[in-house]
Amino acid sequence: MALWRNQKIRGWIYQLLVLLLVAFCIAVLANNTLENMRIRGIQSGFGFLWQPAGFDISESLFSFESTQSYWKAFLTGFGNTLRVAVLGIILTTLLGVLLGVGRFSRNVLIRGLCLTYVETFRNIPVLLQLLMWYLICVELLPDVMDAEPFLGMYLTKAGLALPWFGDMPVKAGFGINGGITVSPEFLALLLGLTLYTASYIAEIVRSGIASVPRGQHEAAMALGLSRAQTMRLIQLPQALRVIIPPLTNQYLNLTKNSSLAVAVGYPDLVSIANTSINQTGRAVECIALIMLIYLSLSLLTSVLMNAYNRHAAIKER
Amino acid sequence: MLQTQDTLAWIRTNLFSTWFNSGITLALGALLLYTVPQAWGWAISHAVWGADVEQCNAARGTGACWGVVAEKYRPIIFGRYPFEEQWRPLLATLLLMALLLASCMRVFWCKWLGALWVVVLAAFFILMHGGLLGLALVETGLWGGLPLTILLASLSVVGAFPLAVLLALGRVSELPVFKTLCTVYVELIRGVPLISVLFMASFLFPLFMPEGFSIDVLLRVLVAMVLFAAAYLSEVIRGGLQAIPRGQYEAAASLGLTYWQMQRKIILPQALATVVPGIMNNFISTFKDTSLVTIVSLYELTGSLDLAVNSQPDWMPYKLEGYLFIAAIYFVFCFSLSRYSQWVEQQVNRGKVH
Repeated sequence: MALWRNQKIRGWIYQLLVLLLVAFCIAVLANNTLENMRIRGIQSGFGFLWQPAGFDISESLFSFESTQSYWKAFLTGFGNTLRVAVLGIILTTLLGVLLGVGRFSRNVLIRGLCLTYVETFRNIPVLLQLLMWYLICVELLPDVMDAEPFLGMYLTKAGLALPWFGDMPVKAGFGINGGITVSPEFLALLLGLTLYTASYIAEIVRSGIASVPRGQHEAAMALGLSRAQTMRLIQLPQALRVIIPPLTNQYLNLTKNSSLAVAVGYPDLVSIANTSINQTGRAVECIALIMLIYLSLSLLTSVLMNAYNRHAAIKER
Repeated sequence: MLQTQDTLAWIRTNLFSTWFNSGITLALGALLLYTVPQAWGWAISHAVWGADVEQCNAARGTGACWGVVAEKYRPIIFGRYPFEEQWRPLLATLLLMALLLASCMRVFWCKWLGALWVVVLAAFFILMHGGLLGLALVETGLWGGLPLTILLASLSVVGAFPLAVLLALGRVSELPVFKTLCTVYVELIRGVPLISVLFMASFLFPLFMPEGFSIDVLLRVLVAMVLFAAAYLSEVIRGGLQAIPRGQYEAAASLGLTYWQMQRKIILPQALATVVPGIMNNFISTFKDTSLVTIVSLYELTGSLDLAVNSQPDWMPYKLEGYLFIAAIYFVFCFSLSRYSQWVEQQVNRGKVH
């Protein structure tokens, strides 16, 4: 038999050819990029990260000044991304689970409201929702001057002022002193991401609960558990096995969607990178940084996810 | 008589089954009775429908100003496309939508549907771009609004499909090089936000090209959307491939079919049929994702609204109404697509032997 008739050998030849093709494409692209950068006089390398950034960041967990270096700016942006993502994940989980469980309510009004919510928020692009919330936050909320306190909080065009460990926000002249203030950008982003993702989580929770065999529900009722107890003690724990993997996916989606912050002017990782590209022209490095950071977040999550899946798998005899 | 009893029984089980339930019904009912008339008043009865700024200003706070839509609907829907030529995107979009609708119907699922796609897409480009048949030339930079949204969404999915099939086959392949390459690609793309891929398209693609060779922004963004959608679509298709029982592969191999014959005639038709709902969902996400191209300055529906309203300060306070208008457009498209996908799911399940 001729050598090229052997399936195994042919397989290796094809693989070698594809590998060469991919390597060739990468080489051509890299060569073009270097050539173009040389012609346009674009400098390369990550050295710029240690230069002073020269721009301010409107809000951050730790104070940032424009004299500090680029890598600190990126770190601040990353902190802002994490801040909105973590808060969003907590809030969206609560809302999503409530909406998903609500679909099984015996009250037709609750069922109808949950369904309407899910269908509405799922079918409108998240960017549009963010822009709408931002518009509402900066245009339709009252001015600071006319603000009335609600449970000790002030919700105005300047954002949301919250009491913080006994430090109550007080209106003083043109501003609000005391407490902690959340910017309208942050508020719009958090609201938009939370409400949008909750509609997906609601569907995941609903189908998870629906996947638990009916007999479980009937058996629990036969034992005399109330409907709420049945849901909490019997149905939800079993549904978790089905719910958790797509739920993590939604958490990742929320984190990735937080990059839309650039559209409402919240200084997250991507907006900082965008500003840095415009100032330094180092597009390759900045985009590589964004991708690397998001990629490591996703990989970290999937590693944790796999560990959980092994732990939660049904132990069969 | 029987009917009223049924209605009463339905009301009792669904609204007043327990004291707790009755309480919820009353509370929610009161809330709805309070909010729905208010919303109705703002959106319908106190709203201003004509394109009259003064009336709008007078009704501010009590009623919506749909006048902004009445005044600006053409720049919102068609973007910056030259005003006199806007019948062209209208016709082109209607053609493309008719094609999409036809592709959704069973009667048209036959061999020449592919050819029809080529013809209609060619007609779309000739109509939009012009420079032929006496039509004035309109650069792609001026394309915008709904035509651009529909074009980007449908071309991304159509373009992503072949790539996604190859990626999915590569991922389940036994050859390590293919498997690794495809896995790395899919996980890489799925791990990063779309906006970073779009940034890549707008900042890096020009650097990738040989010197003196530039590609159009629309094409760059389209390529980015295709590359992005392909990664997600390939995971959907991989799910279908993994649902095919082993026996199908073995039977095909024992008939002496080659790899490609086996995939084309046995595996893919079955795998793709089971994942049609997943593919539809992918199309819906891509449709919504097109709104992001605004950020790299292509004015699709979301971007063209900003452009249309921001150009005249008089209408600026009524941007929310404009947003609600395009939200309704997005909703109609996505909602009907998701209903269609549910119908397809039923069709697919009906054919299965349980």
